[in-house]
Amino acid sequence: MSDEQILKGITRILVDEFEIEEDIINPEATLYDELELDSLDGVDLIVMLENEFNFKVDRKQDEGTIRQMRTIQHIIEFIKQKIA
Amino acid sequence: MSMNRVVITGVGAVSPFGLGADKMYENLCKDNNAVVNLRSIWEKHVSDLECWVGAPVAEPLNEKEIPRKYRKLMGRTAFLAFFAVREALENARVPEELLSSGNVGVSYGSSTGSIDSMTDFFMEIFRTNECHQLSSGIFFQVMSHTAAANIAHIFGVTGRVVSPNAACASALQSIGVGYEYVKYGMIDMMICGGVEELHAYTSTSFDIVQGTSTKFNERPQQTPRPFDRDRDGTVCGEGAGCLIIESEASAKRRGAKILAEIIGFDTSASGEHMSHSHAESIARCMRSALRNANVKPSDVDYINAHATATVLGDMHEAEAIAEIFGEHKIPVSSMKGHIGHTLGASGALELVASTYMMRDEQIIPTRNLENPDEAAQALNLVSDLKPTKLDVIMKNSFAFGGINTALLIRRYKS
Repeated sequence: MSDEQILKGITRILVDEFEIEEDIINPEATLYDELELDSLDGVDLIVMLENEFNFKVDRKQDEGTIRQMRTIQHIIEFIKQKIA
Repeated sequence: MSMNRVVITGVGAVSPFGLGADKMYENLCKDNNAVVNLRSIWEKHVSDLECWVGAPVAEPLNEKEIPRKYRKLMGRTAFLAFFAVREALENARVPEELLSSGNVGVSYGSSTGSIDSMTDFFMEIFRTNECHQLSSGIFFQVMSHTAAANIAHIFGVTGRVVSPNAACASALQSIGVGYEYVKYGMIDMMICGGVEELHAYTSTSFDIVQGTSTKFNERPQQTPRPFDRDRDGTVCGEGAGCLIIESEASAKRRGAKILAEIIGFDTSASGEHMSHSHAESIARCMRSALRNANVKPSDVDYINAHATATVLGDMHEAEAIAEIFGEHKIPVSSMKGHIGHTLGASGALELVASTYMMRDEQIIPTRNLENPDEAAQALNLVSDLKPTKLDVIMKNSFAFGGINTALLIRRYKS
């Protein structure tokens, strides 16, 4: 799956579920500052990404990576790693 | 410790008649009833209810007016409360910066958190035996202080935030607690009230203990029937009421319009029974509230009764009122025949209606009261919209758990 395809899926979730304007969503966009998500949104976003891209987060193994994610590109990289 | 005079400077209501305190009052004055048959909705949840009538809020709420960052943490209970509180804050002209000054608090109760959200929560777990897919916001919709916490969150309130949850006495107890905080100088202003979300499971709780009206499923507008000999139980309703209360000094400082003064309150328990009302303890609570207000029974111009139209509850309240006020023939009425029993919201909605009655110098009669039962015959039950000078009003609310509350308001004079 290409970065563009993954970005498209992430964008759909952010627009439909988090009511974020599509024009501010891009790989460099920061999750907490520019997109104004909070830690609770982060929890919900992970579940939605699991469903969208058909992977499962291992809380113990992935916790550190998830905590360090700051941009959409970080999410794209994480998803690529999980579905590889 | 300073003792402040405590005044009401704003009101808001979401009632079974829709959004707005004015709308509720207009419908009460027109003797309208908001009870409808909900069988087609409720039987999907519970198939063997005896009571199929309820009083839901008749108007859709536009939750999208609330930014998502707040909305995601709110269920219907918090939504209803939000619209009542927003109206009351606007009505009282409370500036935004005052809300986060630390001198404003929230005292706002309900019987439970959102039942709709609670249902989603358990349905998902029962269906999957997993919690993973549940939204992170659901707990904040379900928690018992969801209304108070969400109000504080949305409006940026930084003073004390409490949620007295005492079923049907939640609102009046919340207002009473707020009154005491302001009276004793602990805070300048409190956003007070109560809320209840109507769900099949709400009515189920009353159905189980045979407290609901069951004979009027096909004639919903004729029930509930407070103090009437043919009353057969209560009808659960939905809504949220809010009163902005503050010290007289705070109101004067801001140039706020004062709607009424709160002069006394008490809450106490019967210590007798979890579900039965108890005339002696109701009388004790009302007497204590009168003492707290420093007024005599003969000073009271009107009693807005709890009177939910249960057989025992109305009888016990009538006995207690007759014992204390009997010789003075103080006018009495109940709003439940119009809007049903809005449970955790009832004390606030009915107190809001009482402030309007005081303003307009008239008493709204009890709807569906045709033949007062024996115990109620000792009371001066108002049967028509009655012009009356109202200087002092007593409001009663009682609840499961043997919880009694009584609060008095007076026409404000500086």
